[in-house]
Amino acid sequence: MLFFLLRRTATMILTALCLSFIVFYLTNLPPNLEKVAKFQGNSRMTDEEVDRWLEHNGFTQPTYVRYGEWLGVKPGWTDLRDGKLSGRCIGAEMTKETAPRFCGILQGNWGTSTVFREDVSHIVAVRMAQTGKLMFWVMLLMVPMALLIGVLAGMREGSKLDRALSTFSIMTTATPEYVSGVILIAVFASSTVGLKWFKGTATSAMDGANFENFFLPVLTIALYGTGYVARMTRASMAEVMTAQYVRTARLKGVSFRNIVLKHALRNALIAPFTVIMLQFPWLLNGVVIVETLFNFKGLGWALVQAAGNNDIDLLLGISVVSVIVVLVTQLISDIGYVYLNPRIRMS
Amino acid sequence: MEDLSWGAILLRVFIRFLPVWIALIVTFSLSIAFKRRLGLYGKLFDNSIGVVGFGLVMFWVYTALSVGLFGWIATQDPLSAATGMKNAMPGSPLRGAGPGDYPFYLLGGDTLARDVFSRMIAGSWVVIRIAPLATLFSFMVGITLGLPAGYVGGKLDTVLSFLANLILAFPVILLFYLLVTPEMVETGIPSYMAIVLFLFPIIFLTVLINARFYTQPRRRNITLAVLLVVLGWTYLSLISDPETVVRFWPQALDLFNVPAGILVVFVSVVFVNAPTVFRIVRGLTMDIKTRDYVAAAQTRGEGPWYIMLWEILPNARGPLIVDFCLRIGYTTILLGTLGFFGLGLPTESPDWGSTINQGRKLLSIYPHAAIVPAVALLSLVLGLNLLADGLREESLKD
Repeated sequence: MLFFLLRRTATMILTALCLSFIVFYLTNLPPNLEKVAKFQGNSRMTDEEVDRWLEHNGFTQPTYVRYGEWLGVKPGWTDLRDGKLSGRCIGAEMTKETAPRFCGILQGNWGTSTVFREDVSHIVAVRMAQTGKLMFWVMLLMVPMALLIGVLAGMREGSKLDRALSTFSIMTTATPEYVSGVILIAVFASSTVGLKWFKGTATSAMDGANFENFFLPVLTIALYGTGYVARMTRASMAEVMTAQYVRTARLKGVSFRNIVLKHALRNALIAPFTVIMLQFPWLLNGVVIVETLFNFKGLGWALVQAAGNNDIDLLLGISVVSVIVVLVTQLISDIGYVYLNPRIRMS
Repeated sequence: MEDLSWGAILLRVFIRFLPVWIALIVTFSLSIAFKRRLGLYGKLFDNSIGVVGFGLVMFWVYTALSVGLFGWIATQDPLSAATGMKNAMPGSPLRGAGPGDYPFYLLGGDTLARDVFSRMIAGSWVVIRIAPLATLFSFMVGITLGLPAGYVGGKLDTVLSFLANLILAFPVILLFYLLVTPEMVETGIPSYMAIVLFLFPIIFLTVLINARFYTQPRRRNITLAVLLVVLGWTYLSLISDPETVVRFWPQALDLFNVPAGILVVFVSVVFVNAPTVFRIVRGLTMDIKTRDYVAAAQTRGEGPWYIMLWEILPNARGPLIVDFCLRIGYTTILLGTLGFFGLGLPTESPDWGSTINQGRKLLSIYPHAAIVPAVALLSLVLGLNLLADGLREESLKD
């Protein structure tokens, strides 16, 4: 088990390094850097001015050196201009002697966002809390709903209930968030034709979430995932219901209710557990769409802002966080699968 | 003229779709008449879910073909605005309509006074052209890499799986935001990716034919020569474009140019889908390679590529066909996502994602501009999912 964990962690770190390097490389291509220079300096800079700006801000070194600086394994750049020393690690009140040599994410320095003009770590923490709130409620709504639908559909395969619930599951998997969100807003929140039950924006939910302003975004994300998890649960439940021990229980005369609750359910829930965990990358996508649609300022919204303005540090910060979330959930899903299913032993 | 009632709108929309209804009726009556001779496709008509799905999919395919090839169905020009029709309600009469114009905005006007109905119809042509083709390319890439990874295993498998997992760990939207930007088109990275990704179908088909006719060198050489000339020319025309960095191919020989915006969308969708296909193919291969007929082929002394492509692949077709349908739906969703964030395709493009994106700004006051493309997208993806479900049920019966 320990070896397995170590190996998985090593792969995880390697993956995170590769991915952050890809993001770093793509955001630091020459046209993107030119955009950064014009955004930071002024938009009417000539090509020579752009080059000079890039040179004085440490952007002219090779990409891998700058990636090392960002990571904190290479010393930060310094630049001496007009007798004034500036550098990656040299803050406002620091001199050459007091400034640290290394300042990357290993030292806890995530850089500064050019769009929000704040520390990336601060932005990511604040936005993460908002997105976490959203995800928490999504999970709270999605998991019980999906499992209930899946178990009810799978316990009597081919019945009318199964047909109806399966159709519902297919409907939800065919409805991406930007479609269901639009339809839900039009039906429940539109001021002209709708029912006006809920609010069409979730901006006010950032300070005080309540049922009226937070239900629609949560439902929108939850619906898309529900169908998929429910179908997995249904398949696994249907398989368990044909197993030998369920037949034995039935022949012994155990009531159907007890068969489902005591014999089948626990075994049927192993597969959905992994699926729910692997749903996280998809949920992250949903979060970006829904936060944009409902104007809820979480991590997804920040990602859109950062990407639209090529805010390198913020983009890197958010991608590192989301990649870690994805990889950790994959790891949990693997470990959980082994833990829940005693038949599988580590090889 | 007065506004149309909802009944009149529905009737007029129904009449506009007349070519589609005729095509659907012909398709269905022919297929049902000969369904016993059509294999899996014929069996689909025994399955009610599959029939509904097939109907929905073919509805959009015929709609796209009618509007794309013949210009039928659409009532107005999808790109031009009419005065006084801004945010018009469904069924509004067109102001200042000439004698040749269609007199109504059947499903209303959008914020730029364009006809919502015609834009929705024109959008289907964009989707139907890109989604199946992009999915096909992802399958070519996934199959060409997945078969050896599963069959040979070892180091090759480790490296390829690591790369696939790397791409899969990326949040899709982040990847789109990094790849599908004008700056990225400027650097030429999408063009280089196109060079690599579009090479896979050629490799796949070459190896496929080489493995099959290896023992008949003459037939193989002729087939391969024809194939390579045709595909190679298409490939070179496709990747070379005078407006991008890859422009070596002479203009006179260049058959067509794909607009840079479309190319980058196409490439990134293929790039995102291919790793999932790779994983599916790899899993299926690892399962099938333990079968007796593979052992028999190995004993006969068949080459590894023959076994992979002519023994394993045909036996993996069931799950792959089902996944192909599902994946076209997912690709449609991805295209919509790109449009929703205003990436890649030009802003005036009538594709469904972009239209939803423009319509959502006034969603609570004028919902029709966003609802119409949303429902269109929903029905196509739903059709594909139902079709996949029907196919799965029918192929399991064998």
